[in-house]
Amino acid sequence: MKMLLSLAVWAVLWELAGRAKISTILPPFTAVVEAAIELVPSAKFHSAAIITLRSFSLGMLAALVVGIPLGIAMARVKSIGRILGMWVNIFVSAPISALVPILMVVLGIGETTVVVTVFLFAVFVIILDTQVGITHADRSLVEMARSFGARRSQLYTKVLVLSALPEILAGVRLGAIRGVKGVVIGQLLVAIIGVGELFETYSNNFLMEEFWALVLIVFLFAFAVSEAIAALERRVEYYAATR
Amino acid sequence: MSEVEVRGIRKVYDNGLEALRDVNLSFPKGELSTLLGPSGCGKTTLLKIIAGLIPKSGGEVLVKGKPVDGPGPERAFVFQDFALLPWATVLRNVAFGLELRGMERERREDVARKYIAEVGLKGFEERYPNQLSGGMRQRVGLARALTVDADIILMDEPFSSVDEQTRRKFQEDLLDLLRHHQKTVIFVTHSIEEAAYLSDQIALLSPRPGTVSRIVRPGVDRNKTPDEIRRDRGYLDTVDEIWHILRAYV
Repeated sequence: MKMLLSLAVWAVLWELAGRAKISTILPPFTAVVEAAIELVPSAKFHSAAIITLRSFSLGMLAALVVGIPLGIAMARVKSIGRILGMWVNIFVSAPISALVPILMVVLGIGETTVVVTVFLFAVFVIILDTQVGITHADRSLVEMARSFGARRSQLYTKVLVLSALPEILAGVRLGAIRGVKGVVIGQLLVAIIGVGELFETYSNNFLMEEFWALVLIVFLFAFAVSEAIAALERRVEYYAATR
Repeated sequence: MSEVEVRGIRKVYDNGLEALRDVNLSFPKGELSTLLGPSGCGKTTLLKIIAGLIPKSGGEVLVKGKPVDGPGPERAFVFQDFALLPWATVLRNVAFGLELRGMERERREDVARKYIAEVGLKGFEERYPNQLSGGMRQRVGLARALTVDADIILMDEPFSSVDEQTRRKFQEDLLDLLRHHQKTVIFVTHSIEEAAYLSDQIALLSPRPGTVSRIVRPGVDRNKTPDEIRRDRGYLDTVDEIWHILRAYV
């Protein structure tokens, strides 16, 4: 409720600033919303959205499939943790955007580059949080499972991963947020596909209503993804608090 | 015939600290034996070596006459901090040992329900550990150990995080339960009264490096009621005797 109110205040301010014609790059809020309503059902938005969602999903999927097992391995095998720990820590804070031009040279100007960008944006924080979660998993639970004859695979599936689930989900949420940045930045730099192409077209042709409408849609998407994972986190929180 | 026997057990940690030196003990079948000593005497280490949870530096552990080098289905452990899965209900926690063995869900839950009732937690099957008191959590831990039907129960200071009133009741229930099930129990505690009250045999450990300094058999008449035992001559003498030995260590 509070959040809606604050959003409403901002929308009104935006509208007033737009009407006052402070700057040509800032059209009134209502005009932007109109543009958004026009944009969403259009064919060019659909194809852009599909290609963007596909790149995002593929990149995220790869980040999960690589990131979670790697984080587990780093926590459980000391040598792997030592060898990779430094690199993961460097890359988690590094500006990955700077690597995109290199990716373009290696992978070409296309979807692959965008998928890899999403992957690189998302994977490191997932690795790091998984590692933290597994490292801090309750040792006496591990001992308990061993004393009752747990096999190695059972130790992971029935104790370690569940015990680390709150941290893993936090990593996935942060990774997904970074992944949204990754897909937009990747497409902007590649500039000929998906939402990036639309952004490029709108700003080059000074179509500010459409430009801002697209910004709003991307923001909403990022927020929705993050909220969906946060909802999942809340479901496991009841035991995170009791560890 | 002793159910568990340890011979020449030695434990030296990676940092060079010698925790146990030449420990020899035998634990008779169907009896409750206590490892008693001041903190840092290695009693929990010894128990975990018997459980196969930590590696020993020397010596051997014989279970039913056979040397063992890891956990086994004939031994079940009750943990000081309960070690319950916080995301699982009481029912699933109690059935967890059987779940790990791959028993199908319906069967293992039937078995678990029976032991949940035996430890006095009927009606709490669907609760989560954080909804239970410390005493109730440890009852879950005990039920879990009973559910796998091990002949030997290893208990690591199971009552240390349980408040005093609950502890007495729990001790009485424990004696009843174990006598009924004919278990061989190895029990770690630092409480002299608890050891004297519960045990058939008490092994006193000296501190650093831990070694067996004395074995005491309280000889308390188990047919008496709990209150009679607590006023029993033999019980009081045992407490006194142990205190005189342990006083040298503190």
